[in-house]
Amino acid sequence: MSLEVFLRHKMGGFALDAEFATHGKVTALFGPSGAGKSTVVAAIAGLIRPRQGRIALDGRVLTDLPHLFVPAERRRVGVVFQDARLFPAMSVRNNLLFGWRRAEPKADAAAIARITELLGLTPLLDRRPRGLSGGEKSRVALGRALLASPGMLLLDEPLASLDAGRRAEILPYLERLARQENLPMLYVSHQVEEVARLADEIVVIENGRVKAQGPVFDLLTDLDAVVGVPPLGAVFEAVVQEHRPDNLSLLAFSGGVLTVRRVPQAAGARVRVRLRAEDIMLALKEPKAISANNVLACVVNAIRESDDEADVQLMCGSTRLVARITAASRARLDIKPGLAVYAVVKSVTVERGA
Amino acid sequence: MTDILTPAEITALGLSLRVSGVAVACALPFAFLTAIFVARRPLGGTLLGGIVHLPLVLPPVAVGYLLLVVFGARAPVGAWLDQTLGVRFVFSWTGAALASGLITFPLQVRAIRLALESADPGLADAARTLGARRFDRLLNITVPLALPGIVSGLITAFAASLGEFGAIITFVSNIPGETQTLPLAIYAALQAPGGEAEAARLCVLSILLALIFLSAGEITFRRIWR
Repeated sequence: MSLEVFLRHKMGGFALDAEFATHGKVTALFGPSGAGKSTVVAAIAGLIRPRQGRIALDGRVLTDLPHLFVPAERRRVGVVFQDARLFPAMSVRNNLLFGWRRAEPKADAAAIARITELLGLTPLLDRRPRGLSGGEKSRVALGRALLASPGMLLLDEPLASLDAGRRAEILPYLERLARQENLPMLYVSHQVEEVARLADEIVVIENGRVKAQGPVFDLLTDLDAVVGVPPLGAVFEAVVQEHRPDNLSLLAFSGGVLTVRRVPQAAGARVRVRLRAEDIMLALKEPKAISANNVLACVVNAIRESDDEADVQLMCGSTRLVARITAASRARLDIKPGLAVYAVVKSVTVERGA
Repeated sequence: MTDILTPAEITALGLSLRVSGVAVACALPFAFLTAIFVARRPLGGTLLGGIVHLPLVLPPVAVGYLLLVVFGARAPVGAWLDQTLGVRFVFSWTGAALASGLITFPLQVRAIRLALESADPGLADAARTLGARRFDRLLNITVPLALPGIVSGLITAFAASLGEFGAIITFVSNIPGETQTLPLAIYAALQAPGGEAEAARLCVLSILLALIFLSAGEITFRRIWR
């Protein structure tokens, strides 16, 4: 998909002046609370009319003020709100079918069954929203938006009101959705974990302005773009090379091979790997007798240092990594751009099939 | 039934039920729209809310007099309605319904408004993103949300309407079989020599009616809100 957004809006003392374009399948709109993310979502959905703006989805112009403003009910842009907003007087089934009944063209019966199954909603169909848990409500809201056959899905912090357990319960559904449904998504979040797992592209927004945008692979290791949003980390794709008999798997990427706990994907499959900045130690000589499985040869690319911490950007093959070390360690080892170092990786997270 | 009540009493009872039923049913759509306006427009809503609450605090006799001024046979609106639509309110049970409907209008508006205000305004936005247009949202989102208020408002207004006296007697007089509802029949009985027993019977009947509808209202209200 392609989504072009240009917005100027004022609300109370808050000014939004944002412009971005994205081509990712899942784009994360990322930034701290109060940055203007929800206002962007409301404007794309057509729920607010910005003072100035142009919004186009795959070439279809939704807003081009002052000439054109397609009303929300005709945009076919699905929204999953943070508070789910299920209709209290209707059963789960009627909630799910609310948008479907009004959609043109409609999804067929097979699609209804598939989405109900995908989101695990079958046992809930005859219940009322009042009796559902937070996680169940989120899933119903997601299904309801999907069944309206939207051209795009906006997810406005759909997990923010859930505790960690419920969040872990929903994330796999979202991942499956991102992979199986051919539906572009704009995923609003201030959780780097969710972004790293789901997004292809990121738009970073702060104080109503777009601070950076680009592929998730680049942006999470960009020292300037993600200021103030720890933890930084590298997210990149790797290929499952082989499964070893000792319950470990080897993942190949441009900077070498990672040894990880056995992954469910078959050999040859592409997976998304995440290395947290805190989980990387730096050594000047290759450490030998060490418990860590992964030691990668890298070259220091850039450093950003604050009072007590230093984020060191590394090139490992053509893959960019970031290590967060103390400023004291950086000074003691005299780490500076161009230096060859060894990255000792304490932990690798395999996020999902890429 | 004739064993317990006299034919005249049955007439008054039937008329009371008809006047109140027609009054609250006809007032409901207006009350609903007014409640939506009052709930959604902070400025104009407060003003309109004040105006529609006037009948609640004005003396009913004053309301009856104002109705005469506007809808009387020679008054501008009354004469126009009579000539163009053939609708006459004076000395007619429809006039009694108009007076009752107006007096109990604020009770309906208030109940619906409270239900609307306690409902999440984000639901209408959610419905919009799912393709529901204005009337669709009104019918399928707003009405169900207001339903508890609509029902409790209807019942309270109906029960209050059964007791309306001042506005009716001022506007449409006290005509047995046409405008003489239960309260007016009680009044008429008290005016007649030796009518006290009759008045007492009608009074007991009124109390029973009020109890029935108030408890029906209470039960429905609890059931809907759970």
